[in-house]
Amino acid sequence: MSTSTSAPQQGAAQAAAASTRGGNAGRKQSNRGMWLPYAGIALIILYCLAPFYWMIVSSLRRTGDTFETDVIPTPFSFQNFIDVFDPKNSFGRALFNSVLVAGTVTVLTLIIGTFAAYALARLNFRAKNLSLSIIIATSMFPGIAMVIPLFKLFTDIQWINSYQALILPAMSFALPLAVWNLTAFFRQMPAELEQAATVDGCTQGQAFRKVILPLAAPGVFTTAIIVFVAAWNEYIIALTMTNKSDYRTATVAVTFFTGTTGRDIPFGSIMAAGVILTVPLLIMVLVFQRRIVAGLTAGGVKS
Amino acid sequence: MAVTEAPARAPVAKSKKAYSNEDHGRLAAMLLTPTMAVLLIVIGYPILAAMYQSLFTTNQGVDESGFVQEGEKFTGLDNYTAIFSGAAGERFWNAFYNTTFFTVVCVVIEVIIGVMMALIMNKAFTGKGLIRASILVPWAIPTVVSALLWRWIFDANGVANNIINQQILWSTDGWQAKAAVIIADTWKTAPFIGLLVLAGLQVIPAEVYEAAKIDGASAISQFRHITLPLVKPALLVAVLFRILDNLRMFDLPYVLVGAQKPSVETVSILAFLENNNARFGSAAAFAVLLFLYIVVVAYAFVRLLGADVIGDARVKTPKAAKRRPNRSIARGDTP
Repeated sequence: MSTSTSAPQQGAAQAAAASTRGGNAGRKQSNRGMWLPYAGIALIILYCLAPFYWMIVSSLRRTGDTFETDVIPTPFSFQNFIDVFDPKNSFGRALFNSVLVAGTVTVLTLIIGTFAAYALARLNFRAKNLSLSIIIATSMFPGIAMVIPLFKLFTDIQWINSYQALILPAMSFALPLAVWNLTAFFRQMPAELEQAATVDGCTQGQAFRKVILPLAAPGVFTTAIIVFVAAWNEYIIALTMTNKSDYRTATVAVTFFTGTTGRDIPFGSIMAAGVILTVPLLIMVLVFQRRIVAGLTAGGVKS
Repeated sequence: MAVTEAPARAPVAKSKKAYSNEDHGRLAAMLLTPTMAVLLIVIGYPILAAMYQSLFTTNQGVDESGFVQEGEKFTGLDNYTAIFSGAAGERFWNAFYNTTFFTVVCVVIEVIIGVMMALIMNKAFTGKGLIRASILVPWAIPTVVSALLWRWIFDANGVANNIINQQILWSTDGWQAKAAVIIADTWKTAPFIGLLVLAGLQVIPAEVYEAAKIDGASAISQFRHITLPLVKPALLVAVLFRILDNLRMFDLPYVLVGAQKPSVETVSILAFLENNNARFGSAAAFAVLLFLYIVVVAYAFVRLLGADVIGDARVKTPKAAKRRPNRSIARGDTP
C-alpha cells in the first residue's frame, strides 16, 4: 500500500497510507508523501511557538491595546516592560533573588552531584543498584510532602523569608536530576581513559580529577543548564517559604502583580515579565540545544 | 526492597586490569555521602516529619473557660479517617479525583501527540535544528509563566474566545477550567515526550523496516509490530515520569485557574491550602496520602508494566555487563 513512498522510515509511509486510505493512484500518493512531512513539521512548529508568540506580541502592545488581537502589535510599545519594573511589583529584586537562588542551587548541586555520579557510573560497589534506585525514587517525590513539614520546621527556626529556606528544599529535585544526568555523561566516556591514568600511576581519585573531570566538562555544563532551568521554574517552595516581597523569586512575584484599579489583572505587564523570565533561558537553551537534547534523552527523562 | 545485588564481581574475563575488579566500596561511600546526606535532609526527614505531623490536630477556637486554645494535640489517625466523612472528606475525594483525572487524560493525550510528533520529526529531512529549537521552547518556559500565558489566552476577552467566536469563561470553574488546564499541560509537555520518543526511534535501524516491507508488512503493522515494541522501553519510562509529575500537579491549576476552585483542585493544592490555614495536621495527612498514592502507582507501573527505570545505568556500563545480571526494585519481570 505504501510501497510507492521511497523513504524507508515508516513515519511518512504511515501518514501517506493514512491519507490515501481508500486507494488513490500511486502518483498521487507519492506527491502527498512529499509534502505531508513538511505540513507536519509546520504544524509542530506552529503548535510549539504560537502561544509563545502570543506572549511576546501581547507584551509589546500599548497598555491600552492589551485586548487587541492583531497578530502584529501596532504600534509597538515597550511600556509594559517599563511597567514591570514599577517599584510596587518588586520585580527587579525578585529577578535578583531568582538568579541567586537558582544559581546557588545549580552550583551546590553540581559539586555534590558530580562526586555521586562518578561513583555510580564508574566504581564497583555493592550498593550501587540500591543507590541508583534511591536517587531515582527521590526524584518522584511530591514537592508538597516536603514543603509542608519543612514550612513548620523553618517557622520554628525562623528561616521563613531567607535564602537558605529557598535553596535547601530546592536541592530535593535538583540533586537527583543532576546526579542522573551526570551519571549518563560519565558512563559515555570510555573506561580506558582512567585505566590509562591508573597505569601511569594515578590513584582513582586523581584519575577522576585530572582526566575525567576536564573531559566531562561539556556534560557538566549541560547538566548545569538543565538544573538551572528546573530551579528557575520552581514555584511551590518559593511560594510557601516567603511572605515578604523581598524574598520572593520571580516566578512567585509575577503571580502577585496587581493592576492599577486593583481588580483587573495587568496581563500586559505579566506577559512582559513572562518574556523577561523566559528569553534569557531560551537563548541559553537554544545555543546549546544539541547538547541539551542529548542530555535530556540520555540522562533519563526528568523534565 | 529486596535488592538482590550480586556482589559477584565476576572473574575477569579478558585482560582487564585488576582495576575494574576491585571493590571501590570506600571511595564510593565517600563520594556518595554528601548526596545521600542532602537527600536525607530534604526528603527523608520531611516525609517522616509529615507522617508524625499528620497525627496531630491544631487546636482551634476557645475552650469552656474562654481561653483561646493554642498548640496542637495528638489525635492519632483522625486526620486520615476524616477523609471518609463530612465536607472535608468530600473535598479530599474531589481533589483525589481531579488529580487522577488530570493525570490520566493529560498523559494519554500527551503520549498520542508526542508519538505523532516524533514520527513526523523522524521523517524530517530538513529543518531538524528548527524543530528541535521550537520543541525546547515550551519545555524551557517556566510552568508559572505558561500558566499565566494560558490564563491570558483563555481570558473572557482573550484570543481563545476570539478565535472560536464564543464567550466561554474558561478560568472560572467547571469543565472549561479543567479543559484549560489540560490544554496548557499538553502544550508544555507533549513536545518533550516527542523528543524522548524520537531518541528511541532514531536507534531503530532502517534495515528492520526494509525487511518488514519486503515481507509485505503494511505501514500500520510496521508501526504496531516494530516501532511500538522497540520504542516501548523509552516510552514507558517517559510515561511513568509524566504520570508522577502530573500526580503532584500544583503550579498549573493554581496559577491558571486559582485557589478554591473545586473543579481543578488537586491533592497538592488542597494540602497547600490546608497548610496556609494553619491546619498543619490535615495538610500533612493529605501530603502523606499523595505520597503513598504516588508510591503505589510507581510500584504498580514498574512491576506490572516492567518499566525499567534504572536500566540504562546498568546495561550501558561496561562493567555491569560483566557482572551477573541482577535485579533491583526498578526492574520488572519482562525479559
